[in-house]
Amino acid sequence: MHYVIIGNSTAAIGCVEGIRQADSRGRVTLITDEPWHTYSRPLISYLLQGKVDEERMKYRPDDFYRQNGCTVMLGRVAEAIDPAAKKVRLKGGQTVSYDKLLVATGSRPFTPPMEGLDSVPAKFSFMSLADAQALAAALAPGDKRVFIVGAGLIGLKCAEGLSGRVKSLTVVDLAPRILPSILDEEGSAMVREHIAAQGVDFHLGQSVARFEGNKATLTGGAEVEFDLLVLAVGVRPNTELVREAGGQAGRGVIVSARGETSLPDVYSAGDCVESWDITTGESRVLAVLPNAYRQGECAGLNMAGADKEITDAFPLNAIGFFGLHMVTAGSYAGEEYTRRGGGNYKRLVYENDRLKGFILIGSIERAGIYTALIRKQTPLSSIDFELIKEKPQLMAFSRQERARQLGGRV
Amino acid sequence: MKRIYVNEKWCLGCHLCEYYCAFANSGQDDMAKALKDVVIHPRIQIEEQDNISFAVNCRHCEEPLCVKGCISGALSVRDGLILIDADKCVSCYTCVLSCPYGAIMPSAEGAIQKCELCVKNGRGQPACVEGCPNMAIVFEER
Repeated sequence: MHYVIIGNSTAAIGCVEGIRQADSRGRVTLITDEPWHTYSRPLISYLLQGKVDEERMKYRPDDFYRQNGCTVMLGRVAEAIDPAAKKVRLKGGQTVSYDKLLVATGSRPFTPPMEGLDSVPAKFSFMSLADAQALAAALAPGDKRVFIVGAGLIGLKCAEGLSGRVKSLTVVDLAPRILPSILDEEGSAMVREHIAAQGVDFHLGQSVARFEGNKATLTGGAEVEFDLLVLAVGVRPNTELVREAGGQAGRGVIVSARGETSLPDVYSAGDCVESWDITTGESRVLAVLPNAYRQGECAGLNMAGADKEITDAFPLNAIGFFGLHMVTAGSYAGEEYTRRGGGNYKRLVYENDRLKGFILIGSIERAGIYTALIRKQTPLSSIDFELIKEKPQLMAFSRQERARQLGGRV
Repeated sequence: MKRIYVNEKWCLGCHLCEYYCAFANSGQDDMAKALKDVVIHPRIQIEEQDNISFAVNCRHCEEPLCVKGCISGALSVRDGLILIDADKCVSCYTCVLSCPYGAIMPSAEGAIQKCELCVKNGRGQPACVEGCPNMAIVFEER
């Protein structure tokens, strides 16, 4: 049996670990266009900050591939899948045959057309180790003015990573508020104030009208002069390999709960696929790391003959900016319970006797107890919801449920 | 594998498990010195209300969502035991968001902390179990 994985990040590593739970002997080959040992992508902002180095960014120990009997083809680009011949064609013409294939190609930066963008001499994305290295190299001697387009997770983590190493940081976003994918209006305002207090200059509700070299004119009329431009507007799933081979793809690759694409023996997982979000009842690209790992592992198990499904996906984000932590989960349409004060913000959203989502900013202790209510779709009428609203606690469950959780195998 | 199990019927709510945990992980050999005038950050924590109390610590789950969700690879499983490599932890708290029991928490030093069944602190046996005066916390195969 030859398992081939296109990718070398979270979903790919999850797949290796899934395969090895069910099959210790089959050959595993990973193909990656990057030249590195597997590393954690979200740590690139910590690398800029100097909180980690490239050694500490490794997602798995140095002996991971050897321990798991993997061959890794670094710096190789997969160009096409031939599902009939069960072959992957690499750039340069070489082919790799597979019995089972995982496509874990992730996503890439997406930049809408902007007038004069070509005239900007120094522009960067912020998704890969190579991006972070290029940006870090351009920072010296440390008096650079940085302009970031996009106030989402990527743009703001980049701003945090650069803070203290540059002369100024300016962020523009078309949305009227920051982090719209994970925060509501009130939470967003709270986090914006905190980040702005660190010297980040926000221009929200507007976009770049045009670039002229090192100057951007915003739609609101303001002019921003900068040395380095970071484009963090959005990402697009890398669906081409599957789509061009005849596989189904919408915004992301379409997969079953077992991780199968519509092509025989071809699986897909991670940021390139759509998942069924149990909190919205929609298929959408979730692009969060815990989900990517579990999908990859699930696909790996199934590739190796097990029978596993993931039917409890929803968005989950834990992130911090300049010492302010926040955790969010699910979706935010429904009845709500809100608490604020002491630098903390909490919003729980529920509907039809189920918790649908939450936002916790500042105090995040034991948030996973809320997450589990969403994941297990626990009827709120079966627990002491008034008690658990106050703070996450197992006291809100029945004595029998607690006996199962704390006295049984879980 | 032996794990820690809690029976709330026998819990007195005395919090001794928290103190034994804090002492075992303090790196000191004198309990009084380790705990006197110190705000403790135990990895096992008591919940109590009215006349119910019970201790909560890592369950060492078979499907550890904390490990699977860890963004840096700091959490890992070794022979069923879930371990944290504090040097690799970047304190993103994805594990805090993932743990269904609320058993992972930020430590005083910054990285997250969790019960590791006293395997790293040289105790051999979990200190909370030894310190529990009423056998409400046991360490056994189930």
